[in-house]
Parts: sequence; structure tokens; C-alpha cells
Amino acid sequence: MALSRPYLDIPGTTIFDAEQSRKGYWLNQFCMSLMKADNRARFKAGERAYLDEWPMSEEQKLAVLSRDLNRCIAAGGNIYFLAKIGATDGRSFQQMAGSMTGMTEEEYRDMMVAGGRSIEGNRVVGEDGSAQAHRQPQGPSRAAR
Amino acid sequence: MARITASVYTSHVPAIGAAMDLGKANEPYWQKVFSGYEHSRAWLRDQPPDVVFLVYNDHATAFSLELIPTFAIGTAAQFQPADEGWGPRPVPVVRGHPELAGHIAQSVIQDDFDLTIVNRMDVDHGLTVPLSLMCGEQDPKTGAWPCPVIPFAVNVVQYPVPSGRRCFQLGQAIRRAVESYDEPLNVHIWGTGGMSHQLQGPRAGLINREWDNAFLDRLIADPAGLAQVPHVEYVREAGSEGIELVMWLIARGAMADVAGGPAPRVAHRFYHVPASNTAVGHLILEN
Repeated sequence: MALSRPYLDIPGTTIFDAEQSRKGYWLNQFCMSLMKADNRARFKAGERAYLDEWPMSEEQKLAVLSRDLNRCIAAGGNIYFLAKIGATDGRSFQQMAGSMTGMTEEEYRDMMVAGGRSIEGNRVVGEDGSAQAHRQPQGPSRAAR
Repeated sequence: MARITASVYTSHVPAIGAAMDLGKANEPYWQKVFSGYEHSRAWLRDQPPDVVFLVYNDHATAFSLELIPTFAIGTAAQFQPADEGWGPRPVPVVRGHPELAGHIAQSVIQDDFDLTIVNRMDVDHGLTVPLSLMCGEQDPKTGAWPCPVIPFAVNVVQYPVPSGRRCFQLGQAIRRAVESYDEPLNVHIWGTGGMSHQLQGPRAGLINREWDNAFLDRLIADPAGLAQVPHVEYVREAGSEGIELVMWLIARGAMADVAGGPAPRVAHRFYHVPASNTAVGHLILEN
């Protein structure tokens, strides 16, 4: 019998379960290595060469190099591990989280100050909230284009 | 015998620690957060506990994917603030309480909860931010936290995390363990993390004020009922990282009313949006 995964119908959300963890093992372990200052320096000095020391998939390496956190998560990354890349780059958690929405940093910060993203329309795939697939990417600056 | 006299609940947003460490606490954005803790700091100064049992989660700091304990109790004499990638927070080392921690481990394991015992572990913002919020700024060298702290780490990173029901039962076992310790220690139990927040994907930034406040109401008045809420409701309603709130049920389960005593007194309640990506919730209950 397959394990129950009742969270798969939540829009714009990837739950880091056993399957994601298995897929992302080396990506996340690479991220852990960035907790040491020496490794951060080595990574910065030559990102591709540093990544090539790890048995990661090419997709995982490209996702890291492009700093596309949604792509990293799709490849099995978990945000608490991926945050080590952001820390290495000198980015805050808010900058990292905002980068996954398509909003500019300012738009995302303003949304949070105004009370955050509404739950309405964002509970189940198929509703019409801001996190639904058909509303991506987000942000007033995008909509105006 | 030792007694649990109070429980404290608070978010542990890393940006709160960074705001304190970088001297931004008086900026209007952060002042709104810290104003909710002024009363709490006075409360803690006026009646300091002998030990804090601090329930938190490790954020891929001490535990990578090599080892993922569901429940881990820190039994060491001290714990260093971790370098999470930004460098270690400039806060004092955390002194443990190996005797009480060892006693609780033995008692709770014999009470059928399979804890992992940890004798070497750096502690991340999940543990040090609640201490900073409740105790104020401390010089990393000359300062000190007011009492020993027993770190208790819960896996809420890789699904499945323990259920609210299991956490609530564990709190009850921790209470029995504390009360079977001979020395007359005044113990606080703190539950940390939450409230609603999501740090990933197109739904990042989710906040659910109504759900959070209903959670606070039920945590006070109907914790046994609240403990029945399934994981998927936390994730759907309070965001993927809102699942951290199950840890509050460990602290709540350790309160006297759950074992037939009187209802706790609500000494303080605070709620504010936002701190960075997160809704900040805070509660103090006294036995």
C-alpha cells in the first residue's frame, strides 16, 4: 500500500517527505557543507568546481548555480538546507522566500507588512488564490508589464 | 521534588535574533515585535526558574540528513551557539543541566517515548532566539542566560513530524519525569516555533491570523481537543513551516490541568504580524 500523502493538493507547496528527501539527499548535504567558513570560501572561489565534488545530478547543480530556489526544491532541496546557500550569498530568509514568488523584494516585504499572503483561495489546488499555478509569477510589477 | 510552574510559548524567527544582534531592535518595524515581550522579560526577571526545558526544532544545523531523530534531549553540560551560515550568533554559551536531563531521559524512555540522547550538539536560532526574546540582550563573553537550559529538539523538517497527539502525550510524560526528581527545582517548559508561516514556493508568505488566534484560544482552553488536529490541517491552514506549532503541545501537555489540576492562569498573550515571513505568537501560562 502506498503511504498517505494528503498534502499533495496544497497549491504552491512542496512537503519535504521521504521521497523528496531521497531525491535531494546530496543537494541538501552539499548545502550543509556551507556551514563551515572554509567551505563557503571555497564554494565562492569556484562554484562549479565545488559542486562537482558532490554526487549531485546535473539538474541540481544548475539549479544551485542559477539560485532558482523553486528549481532546487523541485530537485529535492529543503528550504532550511537551501538557506545555507542564501547565507553564503549574504541574503536573508525574507529575500530567499520572496524570490520563490516572482515578486520583487519590495513587493514581497510590503505584502508581509500588510499582513501576509491571504489563505483565501490558497488552501486547495484549483481555487483562485495568489499561490495557484495559473497566477504565477506574482507581483504588481509583473502584472503591469 | 521538582515542579513545572509555568509554560512559555513563542515563535523563534531567526530575523528576530538578527535584529537584536545588529542593533535594530528599536526600529519601528521591530519595536512592534519586541513590545510584546517587555512584560515577559519583567515576568522572567521577577520569578526566574532554576531550569528551562526548551522545546524547539533544529533547522538543518546539528542534524543533517545523515541523522533525523524525532525527539532528541540534550544531556550535555553546555551547548555552543551554532554557525548556521551567517556565523554564530553573538550570544552566551548555553549551560545545560545534565543531572535533570539525564533523569528526564530515563523516566520518559521508561514511559515508552523513544528519545535520542545527545551529548554533543550546537544549538541554532530555534533555541537561542526564544532565550533572547525572554531574557534580552546578553553579552556573549561577560553575559549569561539566567539559568541552565535543557534543549529538546523535535524533528519538524522532514515529514512525517510527530503528531500533535504524540507531542501532547510526551508533555505529560515530561511532567511526570520532572515531578519524580528529588531536588526541589522550579522548572519552566517552553514550546517554540510557529505561528503561521511558509518559507517556500509560490505560497511563501502565507499568514492565517484567524487560524493562529483560534490555535491560541484552544491551546489555553482545549489542548486535548487541539492535539487531535492532523498534520495536513497545520500545513494547509498555517503554511508548510506552521507545522512547528505541534511543539507547543509538548509544553502544554506538561501543565497541571492536563493531570487533573486547576486550569492555568494566562499571564500574557501577544500576537503580531509580521516578523520577516512569520506571524509571531506568544503566550505565558502559569500553574
